[in-house]
Amino acid sequence: MTITTQENVNIKPDTKGGQNNKEGKKAKHVFEVSDLNLWYGSKQALYEVNMKVPENQVTAIIGPSGCGKSTYLKTLNRMVEMVPSVKTSGSIKYKGKEIFSESFGVEDLRTKVGMVFQKPNPFPKSIYDNVAYGPRIHGIKKKAQLDQIVEKSLRGAAIWDEVKDRLNEKAFGLSGGQQQRICIARALAIEPDVILMDEPTSALDPISTAKVEELVQELKKEYSIIIVTHNMQQAARISDKTAFFLNGDMIEFTDTDELFSNPSDKRTEDYITGRFG
Amino acid sequence: MGKALGKEKQMDVQKLIQEKKQKRNVTKQFEKVIPFLLLLCAVISVLTTIGIVFTLLRESFTFFSEVNILNFLTGTDWSPWTGHFGVLPLITGTLLITVIAVIVAVPLGLMSAIYLSEYASDRVRKIIKPTLEVLAGIPTVVYGFFALTFMTPLFQNFMELSIFNALSAGVVVGIMIIPMIASLSEDAMSSVPNSLREGALAMGATRFEVTMKVVLPAAFSGIVASIVLAISRAIGETMIVTIAAGASPALTFDPTRSIQTLTAFIVQGATGDTTFGSTIYYSIYAVGMTLFVFTLLMNLLSQWISRRFREEY
Repeated sequence: MTITTQENVNIKPDTKGGQNNKEGKKAKHVFEVSDLNLWYGSKQALYEVNMKVPENQVTAIIGPSGCGKSTYLKTLNRMVEMVPSVKTSGSIKYKGKEIFSESFGVEDLRTKVGMVFQKPNPFPKSIYDNVAYGPRIHGIKKKAQLDQIVEKSLRGAAIWDEVKDRLNEKAFGLSGGQQQRICIARALAIEPDVILMDEPTSALDPISTAKVEELVQELKKEYSIIIVTHNMQQAARISDKTAFFLNGDMIEFTDTDELFSNPSDKRTEDYITGRFG
Repeated sequence: MGKALGKEKQMDVQKLIQEKKQKRNVTKQFEKVIPFLLLLCAVISVLTTIGIVFTLLRESFTFFSEVNILNFLTGTDWSPWTGHFGVLPLITGTLLITVIAVIVAVPLGLMSAIYLSEYASDRVRKIIKPTLEVLAGIPTVVYGFFALTFMTPLFQNFMELSIFNALSAGVVVGIMIIPMIASLSEDAMSSVPNSLREGALAMGATRFEVTMKVVLPAAFSGIVASIVLAISRAIGETMIVTIAAGASPALTFDPTRSIQTLTAFIVQGATGDTTFGSTIYYSIYAVGMTLFVFTLLMNLLSQWISRRFREEY
């Protein structure tokens, strides 16, 4: 995985995502975003974003720091509203249902749309309790069921073999990369449809990064993944579609191969060729 | 650009530093003295503690040479003026007040803390928290009269209550320690990193679930510490109970009756016509020693609890 990266950077990433997704091409969309605007207080951070996020694919969002990519990601599960002064306009439909509507509870949305954060943020609990947290708050209490869920999720996050003998130890004792995979397992435990990843590898070393990237490829069989990254090579390596954001505008959103080999906008080209950013 | 600036003001930093060097000699001396001065300050409080414990022990020892320690610890009658030195009634008095205070203060204090830390907007918190802390600044003698002249008559509307009683004194001691619990617990909860809350919220947890299952466990040791500190405060509280709870030692857990606490007896013994060197005089120290043991136990308990249940983040 890591070895092939270098080639993918400059040479066009021709093999990725090609045949595999052809059949899923006309597949449904998990998110339909239209005319999304977002303000922090009086400062506008997103301008008229329109995007259809495909199901069971990896969608990458790239752009320079402060371009609104993280803000956009957090809008999709409404975590952005943690900031009190946030205002939005426009519409985001999750599988046809408007996420900003009263009838779609924010907890229901987040049960379907999981999230992995930039810095690993395991709870100060055991590995087991971390993964079982989600199912527990949603009412699953039976030990046998939880055991099953925990194992399945840890396997899903490709960390079961590393931690199976110490499930009762604190998650903080693990390395950063392992913690991040625990956080991914925690998100998987409630079996969401979508997983949002906010620069999940930016705090990790290269080997852990490779593991997480590999995992993302594995996960897209069952989940739709939207990943924010400031690492273009990463986007090229792992994503099927890529969106380029700049100063709150979505400049371009297309197949990853296309975006990196034949960008339609001059600014995209400047960015991916390293002229700025 | 740098050149133009440099020509206008020719400044040699190294030279300036050299010029200041004489002064720095003085600074060096000063740096050497500082740790010593600081150590001295620290030692003073340690010495004071040792002095207090020593005095307590010495005078208590004299007391126990006159009164059998077993009779003191197990006796159920405290009437020193007739020569009965059974400390249990004072202990139950203190416990009664403490229990009532805890029943009042822990729920109110914790819920205030949860509100302030997890729900209140910044603006509301900035108003409520200082206001709450004002409560902590009210002199206890004021609380005492509040208990005697407001609480007791208020309770008397609903029940049979002697003028001096454990109930209103306990409730008011509870009110007094609310800010301590609220403020310290709020500090503990606020210092739980936001990333933990976000992690739980992103899984569809409600705010209340985040509070109960993430924030409270993570802040547990701080919360326990605040409660134990508040309990120590309630055990040691003197003025309120002296004014409002009465001066009749009674082995009872009936809060409507007049009782006497350990602290209230010390006040009575120290301000009355106790002769220096009498058994009653020495009994003050024995009671003081008892009080000291209680608060010491509370401190040890809190250390043990917070170590045992600590969730490090």
